Amino acid sequence: MTDLTVNNQTLSSSVQTQEQRQQKVRRLLLAPSLITILIIGVLPLSVVLVYSFLEPGAFGGVKWNFSTNAYVQLFFEADIFDGSLSFTTAYLEIFWRSISLAVMATLGCVLVGFPTAYFIATQPPERRNIFLFLITIPFWTNLLIRTYAMLLILRDEGVINIGLQNIGIIDQAIPLLYTEFAVSLGLIYSFLPFMVLPIYSSMEKFDFRLLEAGFDLYANRLKVLWRIIIPIAKPGIAAGCILVFIPSLGAYITPEVLGGGKSMMIGNLIYSQFGAARNWPFGAAIALILMAVVLISLMVYMRRTGDKGGLSHG
Amino acid sequence: MVDIKALSRWSSFKKDKLVDLKYQPGFSQIAWFCMVVLYAPIVVLVVFSFNENRSVTTWTQFSWDWYIKAWHNEGIQSASLMSLEVATISAILATLMATMAALVTTRTQPYAGMNSAITIINQPLMVPEIVTAVATLIFFAAIRKVTGITGVGYLIAAHTCFCIPFAYMPIKARLEDMNLNLEHAAADLYASPLQAFRRVTLPLLMPGIVSGAMLAFIVSIDDVVISLFVAGPGETTLPLFILGQIRRGVTPEVNAVATVFLLISVILVTIIFLVGKNKK
Amino acid sequence: MEQAIKIDTDNQQENSAAIKIEKKITAAIDIKNTTKVYGENTASAMVALDEVSLTINDNEFFTLLGPSGCGKTTLLRLIAGFEQPTKGEIMLFGSHLEGLPPHKRSVNTVFQQYSLFPHMTVAQNIAFGLEMLGKSKGEVNRSVSEVLALVQMEHLAQRKTDQLSGGQQQRVALARALAPHPKVLLLDEPLSALDFKLRKEMQIELKRLQNETGITFIFVTHDQEEALTMSDRIAVLQDGHIMQVGTPHEIYNHPTRRFVADFIGDINILEGELIDKDKTHGKVKLACGIEVEASLPAQSENLNKKVSVAVRPEQLSIGQVNEAGHLTGVISNLIYFGSGSHIDVTFDNGERVTVRQQSNNNGKQDFLINDAVSICFSADSFQILTD
Repeated sequence: MTDLTVNNQTLSSSVQTQEQRQQKVRRLLLAPSLITILIIGVLPLSVVLVYSFLEPGAFGGVKWNFSTNAYVQLFFEADIFDGSLSFTTAYLEIFWRSISLAVMATLGCVLVGFPTAYFIATQPPERRNIFLFLITIPFWTNLLIRTYAMLLILRDEGVINIGLQNIGIIDQAIPLLYTEFAVSLGLIYSFLPFMVLPIYSSMEKFDFRLLEAGFDLYANRLKVLWRIIIPIAKPGIAAGCILVFIPSLGAYITPEVLGGGKSMMIGNLIYSQFGAARNWPFGAAIALILMAVVLISLMVYMRRTGDKGGLSHG
Repeated sequence: MVDIKALSRWSSFKKDKLVDLKYQPGFSQIAWFCMVVLYAPIVVLVVFSFNENRSVTTWTQFSWDWYIKAWHNEGIQSASLMSLEVATISAILATLMATMAALVTTRTQPYAGMNSAITIINQPLMVPEIVTAVATLIFFAAIRKVTGITGVGYLIAAHTCFCIPFAYMPIKARLEDMNLNLEHAAADLYASPLQAFRRVTLPLLMPGIVSGAMLAFIVSIDDVVISLFVAGPGETTLPLFILGQIRRGVTPEVNAVATVFLLISVILVTIIFLVGKNKK
Repeated sequence: MEQAIKIDTDNQQENSAAIKIEKKITAAIDIKNTTKVYGENTASAMVALDEVSLTINDNEFFTLLGPSGCGKTTLLRLIAGFEQPTKGEIMLFGSHLEGLPPHKRSVNTVFQQYSLFPHMTVAQNIAFGLEMLGKSKGEVNRSVSEVLALVQMEHLAQRKTDQLSGGQQQRVALARALAPHPKVLLLDEPLSALDFKLRKEMQIELKRLQNETGITFIFVTHDQEEALTMSDRIAVLQDGHIMQVGTPHEIYNHPTRRFVADFIGDINILEGELIDKDKTHGKVKLACGIEVEASLPAQSENLNKKVSVAVRPEQLSIGQVNEAGHLTGVISNLIYFGSGSHIDVTFDNGERVTVRQQSNNNGKQDFLINDAVSICFSADSFQILTD
């Protein structure tokens, strides 16, 4: 009897040590990645917060004095002579432009991406793989180079203008480049795969026999599309919108390469604060506001879809 | 007689449209349009990289000149080496860490903190690139000032960080598809956990690790924004070099470099795609 | 509320009964010389239906019965409009269906896998067809609650369909198809996914629904028992041809084709020669010795030709040895199953029949293997088959 109890004890203690060992292994294996991301990815974000409340240094960097100037500057302009503040819309315009361009890019991507994803999902499996591959390649190729390729097409001496001139539709180049149109086109072009892929993955397992049920119940093609296909593809469409909207809002390369001074976006504004303008606190403040907008849209998305981190699989 | 035949063919055509319930008018045209939009600019870029003329618009004659010029361009040479160095080291580091993390965040009973760990790993995907870039710049500038240490290490560290989630994804996916019984079978055949891992898990996981490493490499070598903020003087990567060239104006030399760059990406993506397909 | 609905359905029943008398001979579906070829003009062309003609009457519970690949589902899909016939025409209450897409046909389908819309509640699923028909909101709501009551699903109206059991999904699928009051309801093996007990329940339920609504049901199944239990009439299909159409009684007791006889229930088939015939009956000299009267199918057979004759095991019984004019043989196998036994009797020429013998009341075992016995049968038990 006593032997048995002793045995039980050793048994349970060995179970415990095994559990402890397992925990130790877990910690050891998780530590490198978590520490790297926490130090290089997360901690700097709080430093940004601190910096946004400091004064700019004369040659970049900061002076360690508390100041809310960076946030005030966003709305008000200080007079050079008497320092009095007057309301300015210069920066708000950039924000507004960024948001409207990002929304336009998102809409454009939905309009092109949804039919494309649907079309791919209705193809026989072999063809489906080829199409998917063709969509995936731009997804992973260099954004800068793709944007540059877009530049080649939109330039005054680009394929479109020269082509139109050769046909004789126009006799002078239409300025396509360095316009908001060029930027939104570039954004759509850049992020289209981000829309097609999640919509496709929500359509991939779609039971097309449901369409039979729809037609059987007197729905025509349009109604089948609106009442059955789109509602079922909705999670994919929502994920795609988030995946296009967020990078579009913070885009730097597209407006830098395709947009002119009149189509500056938040990303360019931030960059200039760390470059020519040498106003780090202001740059930090704008970055934080951008981050806040992104977090809010992510939260709205998660609230409405109940998706937890599902985006990362898109 | 002929009339009837023609009529029946016409009617069978009509019937096909009627019966294809999946059909939506215009969708296939939009899909093809989408493909054209995605590839037309790239095709133009590639074609004109072989143009003998300096013009990037009017085709004159085929030539390798721009490739040869690019090959001998010192700026391109050093930028390519810098890109290779940063991408290779970051990809290796990120893949190592991602593999370790994936091993303890898949196929286990959920434990306290597992979901937060996964959230942290995915964090770099959630933050806009430009914000990460700003944050890293400020943070590294501060460290540089305090410690006085300079060098390419900062750039590599920044790249490693955002590469981790990209390496993590395919490894995790591969692990989730793997059969836990195989390791049990190995244990049943007297393999220690370490032996089971080396002899069974690791070989099976290899395609996932390779895909992860290649994705990390691609993401790192493609990066512009974070490098733009973090790279110190003399640390110009290839995309930064190209960006600088584009700001100055369009040259066929850039087309040639960009084409080679694209080719490398396409080859890597194709390999990843094929590895993923073999899995099924 | 409940009472009101009840009265309503009662009224409907009366109405439909009235219509029933009035329209007794109306054809709901008229299929004329219809052929369906899949993959036409290709090497792998497959004939699913070959010159099929069939009339299904109004207010009928009609079953298409056959093994998988016989063309029964194709026929259903032609009626629903998911496929177009290669040749021939289909009429719905006298009007041509050709060229009409599914959503313009007053025909609804209960799908084999139910195909309920996963993003909608039960009530929304049922309302769908009515909404598509442009019914007013009030009308839609009224019809939905009416149909929900009809299938006894009121309490689950607000559930999402993936939270329902198989039987419940089945009811929703039925309700959804019935809600727009189609002229014809098509049911594509709707019970095949249910377990045995539920299937039995739903068979009764379906029959009740058909009676209450007065809608023509066309039911597809490969389960002969299901077909016999539920149908007013059955069409047996094989390889794209209709083998026989008739009431369950006719199909079971008077199969005219070898395939039908084989496919439905247990049956004994004996070889013989037709030696005499009138319009409905023929005299057959069986290979095992005796002459029997057998009913003759409409397609007349030539005299002095080899024919097959079918007889059900339960129409045979074991009698005393050497009764004149009876079949005699030896019991070669005996399976007892409580209420009776299956007894295999082998004749001198090697042919064998199975007899289904009721148990007698004295509790003693009557027969043993190797007993010599004779087999009794009543007139009209035998049926001449064509191939």
